[in-house]
Amino acid sequence: MVRIGAFLVGLFFAGWLLVSFLMGAVAYVSEPPQPTVEHEFHELPKHVSFSFDGPLGGYDRQQLQRGFQVYKEVCSACHSLKFVAFRDLEALGYNEAEVKAIAKQWAIKTPSVDPATGEASTRDPMPADYFPKPFANNVAAAAANNNAIPPDLSLMTKARHHGSAYVYSLLTGYQAQPAALIKEFPDSKTPEGLHYNPYFANLNLAMAPPLTAEGQVTYSDGTKPTVDQMAKDVSAFLTWTAEPKLENRRRAGLATIIFLLIATGLAYMSYQNIWADKKKAA
Amino acid sequence: MSFPWAEQYTPKNPVMVWIDEKLPLPRLAYNAVGAGYPVPRNLNYFWNFGVLAGLALMIQIITGVVLAMHYGANDLVAFNTVEQTMRDVNAGWLMRYAHANGASFFFIVVYLHIFRGLYFGSYKAPREMVWLLGLVIFLLMMATAFMGYVLPWGQMSYWGAKVITGLFGAIPVVGEPIQTWLLGGFAPGNASLNRFFSLHFLLPFVIAAVIMLHIWALHIPGSSNPTGVEVKGPQDTVPFHPYYTSKDGFGAGIFLIAFCILLFFAPNFLGHPDNYIEANPLSTPAHIVPEWYFWPFYAILRAFTVDFFFIPAKLLGVLAMFASILLLFFLPWLDTSPVRSGKYRPTFNKFFWILILDVLILGYCGGAPAEEPFVMISQVASAYYFAHFLIILPLISRFEKPLPLPGSITEAVLAKYGKTDGATAAVPAE
Repeated sequence: MVRIGAFLVGLFFAGWLLVSFLMGAVAYVSEPPQPTVEHEFHELPKHVSFSFDGPLGGYDRQQLQRGFQVYKEVCSACHSLKFVAFRDLEALGYNEAEVKAIAKQWAIKTPSVDPATGEASTRDPMPADYFPKPFANNVAAAAANNNAIPPDLSLMTKARHHGSAYVYSLLTGYQAQPAALIKEFPDSKTPEGLHYNPYFANLNLAMAPPLTAEGQVTYSDGTKPTVDQMAKDVSAFLTWTAEPKLENRRRAGLATIIFLLIATGLAYMSYQNIWADKKKAA
Repeated sequence: MSFPWAEQYTPKNPVMVWIDEKLPLPRLAYNAVGAGYPVPRNLNYFWNFGVLAGLALMIQIITGVVLAMHYGANDLVAFNTVEQTMRDVNAGWLMRYAHANGASFFFIVVYLHIFRGLYFGSYKAPREMVWLLGLVIFLLMMATAFMGYVLPWGQMSYWGAKVITGLFGAIPVVGEPIQTWLLGGFAPGNASLNRFFSLHFLLPFVIAAVIMLHIWALHIPGSSNPTGVEVKGPQDTVPFHPYYTSKDGFGAGIFLIAFCILLFFAPNFLGHPDNYIEANPLSTPAHIVPEWYFWPFYAILRAFTVDFFFIPAKLLGVLAMFASILLLFFLPWLDTSPVRSGKYRPTFNKFFWILILDVLILGYCGGAPAEEPFVMISQVASAYYFAHFLIILPLISRFEKPLPLPGSITEAVLAKYGKTDGATAAVPAE
């Protein structure tokens, strides 16, 4: 009874799947799916190397500071960094006083309450505060940015495939729309107010090229601030904001693996020893 | 409940004697996983995965309890509290990555455990109950993993919850009320998050209880073995401790090394980047995919594209997906061959490896976007999946001519070591 029932159920599912397959195959052959403009022109991120590549790589503190400077002077006008606090900057090599100064001089103020009147006001950020958001809310953010809300950057490099390389490629990938694209997909001309970038999933994004000219920021360590260098530095900085414990994790990992290799080796010897009399012909 | 030659628990320490008289718990442990449990002497490394699954469950419970101390089950703060755990809690990143990757490793070892059972016929009499309870554990694991994935309240959490509860919405008439009831609303929200958290905390302990039943049921006939020949006498078995405790210790070491490589050096490899974006009901991700361990079932779900007269394709997909797991409950009665081990079943053996390949293909298609050619491939692969268990397997067991079985476990072991020893050193003939 079980086997007859099973046979019928199996015949139904397998049969109907094959029917579906045949119908799909006929449709596929008669009307092959048209390639989309994203399929043809979207590009994978460029190859770029960072100090934290590889299983044991760590952050370059100088680079993180430069990247922070790019965030501060360029990105922070529109993008929040809500999971990072000023106190976290000590990991970049700033000392306590420097962090205090950075917080105090931050252009955007922290929302607060006037202690005398109880009305909404603002105050200077303190090291314990998270980076203040540039817009009061999403409506304000959308209104100021052609209806596109600038995403929070704290986790950006973990929220995209090929995170760090993706951010770098996006920042350096703005270009004129290829003539071949317009020719093949005349309807896909970049709309007014958007900007063509082949590293962006749907090719056109609202953000105008943020890094446009060499020397947009002035690095205090003497590094030449080319667009490429600034893009690389800010990608490194955003890798740190997304994964601040990367170095602790890799150090702990190395120690754990070494310990486990020794422990497993001992476990193997103990296993062989215990089984010695059972593993040969009696 | 055990073989007559099993070693008896005889405590010498007066404290242990005293405890054993009042509460024979040490005796129970001794008989369950100590020297009092005789186990076939020829188990291969595939028999390690049961213990490893237990280890994975322990890792999940310990890391999970710690994470729950820092988690806020509220849709307004859930995403933030997870990030705070990663950043500001001592070793919070370790707990969180261990829990996320631990779930994957739990499924890896359980899938290997299930495929070991399939190949070596562990589901056959007299061990049907062991198999059935194992499937109950598997279903509980799937429910637990699904609800756990919702808790970080990222984009995939939210949309995964919407798609999976939407499966119940495909049931005619009562479907939508059921979906609303499950979610506590018309879309995933705070009510869903709270109940998922509550159940996600509860179910692992239910799993632990069913594991005890699973082991209890196993101890009635005793463990199976790679030859599929039953134990015939004391020479066929060794005591679980120290023989298999030492082997499982080595297996646990290998498991932990693999686990730690992923955990410490590629903790986001098996995750989806979209889950680092906070849940947003207004923005649908381009491709909604579940975690990798659900991909084969997701492929079966999406393989149905054509309505069957009055049954909509979506409902067919849902039925097929549930059927693909439920059919395993009937396996002991579908495969009637008296030979257990796939080693001695030449025809079964070939189809078994086709099934493995088939499930891998299904897994790949389930993770791929729902476009051609992946849909067509999953249709053929799903058809084979059902045909394998429901049509081919019963037919094979009817017509296959099995190879000759060894006379006993010891005979098989001696044949193996007799040869290798003969090659390295001259062993006097017996």
